[in-house]
Amino acid sequence: MSVAPGLQPESWHLLSLLEQAPGLQALGDTLADLADEGHPVVVGTADLKYSNGLVRFQERHPDKYLQFGISEQHMVSTAAGLATTGLRPYVATFASFMALLACEQIRTDVAYTRQPVRLIGHHAGITLGFYGTSHHATEDLAITRSIAGLTVVAPADTAALAAALRASVDLPGPVYFRIGRGRDPDVYPAGTTLEIGKAVEHGTGSDLTLIATGSMVHPALGAAAALNADGYDVGVLDMHTVKPLDEEAVLAAARRSRLLMTVEEHNVLGGLGGAVAELISEHGIPVRLHRHGIRDQYSLIGPPTHLYRHYRLDAPGVEAEAREALLA
Amino acid sequence: MTAQTPVAPADRELIEHIEERALFARLETVRLISIAKTGHYASGFSCAEILATLYYGVMRLRRGEPDWPDRDRFLFGKGHAAATLYPLLADWGFFDAAELDEYTRLGNAFGDHPDMTRIPGIDFSSGSLGHALSAGTGMAMGGRLQGRSYTTFVLLGDGELHEGQVWEAALGAAHHRLGRLVAIVDRNDHSLDGRIDGVTGIEPLLEKWRAFGWQTHEVDGHDVASLLPLLRSLAEDTGRDRPAVVVANTVKGKGISYMESEFGWHLGWLAERDEANALAELRGAR
Repeated sequence: MSVAPGLQPESWHLLSLLEQAPGLQALGDTLADLADEGHPVVVGTADLKYSNGLVRFQERHPDKYLQFGISEQHMVSTAAGLATTGLRPYVATFASFMALLACEQIRTDVAYTRQPVRLIGHHAGITLGFYGTSHHATEDLAITRSIAGLTVVAPADTAALAAALRASVDLPGPVYFRIGRGRDPDVYPAGTTLEIGKAVEHGTGSDLTLIATGSMVHPALGAAAALNADGYDVGVLDMHTVKPLDEEAVLAAARRSRLLMTVEEHNVLGGLGGAVAELISEHGIPVRLHRHGIRDQYSLIGPPTHLYRHYRLDAPGVEAEAREALLA
Repeated sequence: MTAQTPVAPADRELIEHIEERALFARLETVRLISIAKTGHYASGFSCAEILATLYYGVMRLRRGEPDWPDRDRFLFGKGHAAATLYPLLADWGFFDAAELDEYTRLGNAFGDHPDMTRIPGIDFSSGSLGHALSAGTGMAMGGRLQGRSYTTFVLLGDGELHEGQVWEAALGAAHHRLGRLVAIVDRNDHSLDGRIDGVTGIEPLLEKWRAFGWQTHEVDGHDVASLLPLLRSLAEDTGRDRPAVVVANTVKGKGISYMESEFGWHLGWLAERDEANALAELRGAR
């Protein structure tokens, strides 16, 4: 979709936004593929179909697409009702409005009733940069992780998102997908597969294992490469499933590394760092854990790339954080 | 519109049966609350005729088959009145009535609010107010998407209408033209802290629903002879392209003189002698 003639090529508008977001194109396309294949998929959003790519689903399956308008709580409860009739609803909105605004509907109507609803919180973390605190979601992992029966998945890139959607299609219970703004650099090749609950191991590290989730896998891999080139032995775990946590993978890393560092675009309280801390302390493993993320504060506004640099959530930042932790 | 359809002689027996089952539901409510030593008498009593009319005169259900895919759905927005509903579900053979003898005991499926994961015949769990009309919207949408012709009934409390999500659902259901969705408002004029108009006023109610795009009806919620033809006509009107709401005017605590319109009986418990008197009063009213 092109902008008006005569404008500079760099100009863009809402309808061309998706061209910059392959991950969100994959969201709409993969769900449409699943519907093509006969899965009883219905898809809904709360007035964000251009922002989250679900317009691509609507184009292919207008009869299975539901527009809710700006009523996130209603959307989540409706999805629960839809699921009772045998359908598989996938509903999406900004992560802040999904996990925070509709938190109780997720708990009471979806998870407690054990309905196979798929909740997609997109533009999670600080990806909405200068839109401000209301649009940042640095609490959603903590909230969704504490809801019994809810699976929590944060894929690292476009291919992982498509794989996670496919891997979850037959799960009997509800799933929360935490995704970014669809512009994460590629970690995996197209067509990759992924097993819910099983971390992806990128090398082992006697010095340090970086345990990263979602958007932080790519910078963690960059940091690990730099540290390994410098003589350290650093591995990375892509913890795409935050719940149920791959306990075996974490415990193995805790036993072989002298330092663990979790990396998440989230408050260090209650998210991946919290999950890993709970696990290793319960097992009494004498390994040091450094939790890296947003340290219990509301993130600043600013362009996302600037925020990642500020919070040391880009590859050089993760590397610097890891070096300090290794030397501490 | 208040339904004043003349009642055919054949329906006379049915109306009497429904009235008898509403009394049964009230008596059972007293018994169950006696087991728990706390519960919602008055909220259940205000909707006893509505529940009995739906379950014995209107809804398509199959005895002993709570999961029959083409059954009409019922969602209990004001789920705190579940003790009045459970006996009716037992009547339908969805579970053994003896299970209610253990009402609210440790590990029992039957609590103050209905749980679809544990109680056959409960179409949706509730308790948190304001969600049910949305969930009912989903059931109505799901029925339409899959070519099923069932009707989804959602019983809302009038205090529940304070919740903003109800109005999100009212907008959404009208926008999606869900003609197979019927909301019933149990307008007993009270919420927990007193009279609705003193807590947060909701009138003019019919005008509000109408403005949201709903077909509106008003009825005496204790008059089975009015409820039955109205709710039946809504269930049978398969050509309707917008949702319908029935505002049922009721009396909170209906059936026990000192509970009627006394908001303190929203929650309570009757000791042995008072319970005996209450049961006698209920039976005597017949």
